Amino acid sequence: MPSEGTVRRIAVISAGLSQPSSTRMLADRLAEATGRRLQDQGIHVQVDTIELRDHARDITNNMLAGFASPALSKVLEAVIGADGLIAVSPIFAASFSGLFKSFFDIVEPESLAEMPVLIGATGGTPRHSLALEHALRPMFAYLRADVIPTGVYAASADWGSIGDTGVSGNTLASLPERIERAAVQFAHAVAASDRSGRVQDPFAFDPSFSPTGGFSAN
Amino acid sequence: MSVQFGIFTIGDVTTDPTTGTTPTEHERVKSMVTIALKAEEVGLDVFATGEHHNRPFVPSSPTTMLGFIAAQTTNLLLSTSTTLITTNDPVKIAEDYSMLQHLADGRVDLMLGRGNTGPVYPWFGKDIRQGIPLAVENYALLHRLWHEDVVDWSGQFRTPLQGFTSTPRPLDDVAPFVWHGSIRSPEIAEQAAFYGDGFFANNIFWPKEHYMQLINLYRQRFEHYGHGSADQAIVGLGGQVFMRAKSQDAVNEFRPYFDNAPVYGHGPSLEEFTAQTPLTVGSPQEIIDRYASMRDSFGNYQRQLFLMDHAGLPLKVVLEQLDILGGEVVPALRKEFATDRPAHVPDGPTHAARVAARDASASAPASASASAHPVVQDIAAETALYGAQ
Repeated sequence: MPSEGTVRRIAVISAGLSQPSSTRMLADRLAEATGRRLQDQGIHVQVDTIELRDHARDITNNMLAGFASPALSKVLEAVIGADGLIAVSPIFAASFSGLFKSFFDIVEPESLAEMPVLIGATGGTPRHSLALEHALRPMFAYLRADVIPTGVYAASADWGSIGDTGVSGNTLASLPERIERAAVQFAHAVAASDRSGRVQDPFAFDPSFSPTGGFSAN
Repeated sequence: MSVQFGIFTIGDVTTDPTTGTTPTEHERVKSMVTIALKAEEVGLDVFATGEHHNRPFVPSSPTTMLGFIAAQTTNLLLSTSTTLITTNDPVKIAEDYSMLQHLADGRVDLMLGRGNTGPVYPWFGKDIRQGIPLAVENYALLHRLWHEDVVDWSGQFRTPLQGFTSTPRPLDDVAPFVWHGSIRSPEIAEQAAFYGDGFFANNIFWPKEHYMQLINLYRQRFEHYGHGSADQAIVGLGGQVFMRAKSQDAVNEFRPYFDNAPVYGHGPSLEEFTAQTPLTVGSPQEIIDRYASMRDSFGNYQRQLFLMDHAGLPLKVVLEQLDILGGEVVPALRKEFATDRPAHVPDGPTHAARVAARDASASAPASASASAHPVVQDIAAETALYGAQ
């Protein structure tokens, strides 16, 4: 059990474009459910929610010019220094949105290593739900993040449903049930994370590095 | 020359976005020479050329160009930005730059860099993933070739050498001064600090805070390796300016070149980029104020180079810019930088000063003989510390 006064920081990335956005709704529900689980364990939770739309120009500028604006730098620091990341994208053309991918393209490759990640996605129909598995999960695997087993996909119809019946007559979990299942797994990983307490050294290099490559310079 | 001021060029062939005119390679090569001669004429100290092996860049052969410029100048220091330490044979670098050093009577130094164009590595039989190990090993050999008459060598990346002497030997047996340039690699700052060489931060493309961290690292490690105090480390900075008598004229004239520039065009606005990076577009006084403040960020430093001739700017405009730079901006900056500069901070490196320093240490009392090579002893100790090979 974590000691009293324990704080965990969660960054929430929502790549929804419309206002209001069902992607943001899902992101908020995931954050809220996770926060509740952590508070039950006596852990204080800080949530930084980032709408990528607000930073769309800066993200493109970063790709072109190679550096982040002051506002985008703050976002990157919030994400990299979090104990856990909730990442939710709309599904466009059978994959995450271009804006979602662009954001993770500018994150330093090693900086999300070991980050607990809860992935979520939204779409018009349930047919795209596996985009979570063939698009989001492999990308975070490349970034060496720890993606929890349950990803949550919300189709438009999920927002007005209390579950569904499968072809063989078994009951399929409703959206709130799927959110709760994911939140249990994610809260467990976030509680165990010490990322926000780590010191980030942007210029750390392998201690075995030798400036002469082992060649005596005399 | 407490601080050396000059220009550096990447030698890009870029269409002028305001006229649609593209110079030929011949015109671009010749314009680089004209620009270098102009630099001397307006009282600048340094001209540095890049080395590239891919279009749209023309300067593939720096020592050829610098030798040609050396023959037509008397005071200008000739340098590079950068010489590719990864894909060039260090033996050829040793010989080419020693030769240039003789021809130019010592007005030569060089800046080593890795190069960031992926295909250039395989074109020269190298692997970009080995960029840092190549830079480290090749410089270890280059350093020996310049400091030892006869070298036996065996490394990972080139044919072994037995009893090899690179020729000609460096002028007055003092090797050209070496800067190590890096945009983001702490390993290169460490390498520069280890050898007591200079470190150059490009300081063009990113916010200066990034380069401040890298230079602070270099300064701390320079002191750690016993070459002097951190504020005696040899620091060079890039910069980028465009100026006209009236600030708004400068902004209006430069904007189309900025908006279409190969490196940052079509991204941040000119206003965002000037706020977030050292690019300064405005009146000469605005340039002076911005660059006079650089030493508040980086400490007293030794060399300031400006990027002036890129993104399709016509030669005529570049020459006008050099008139303003040499006529108004640099004299004011020299005055600013001389104010309250501590006596123990070294001047920008010159061959004459390095020969004098070598002679002074050679004629020092006998007790100094044990410490005649403190750096070498330090190297042995540090190599042991790092436990390398």
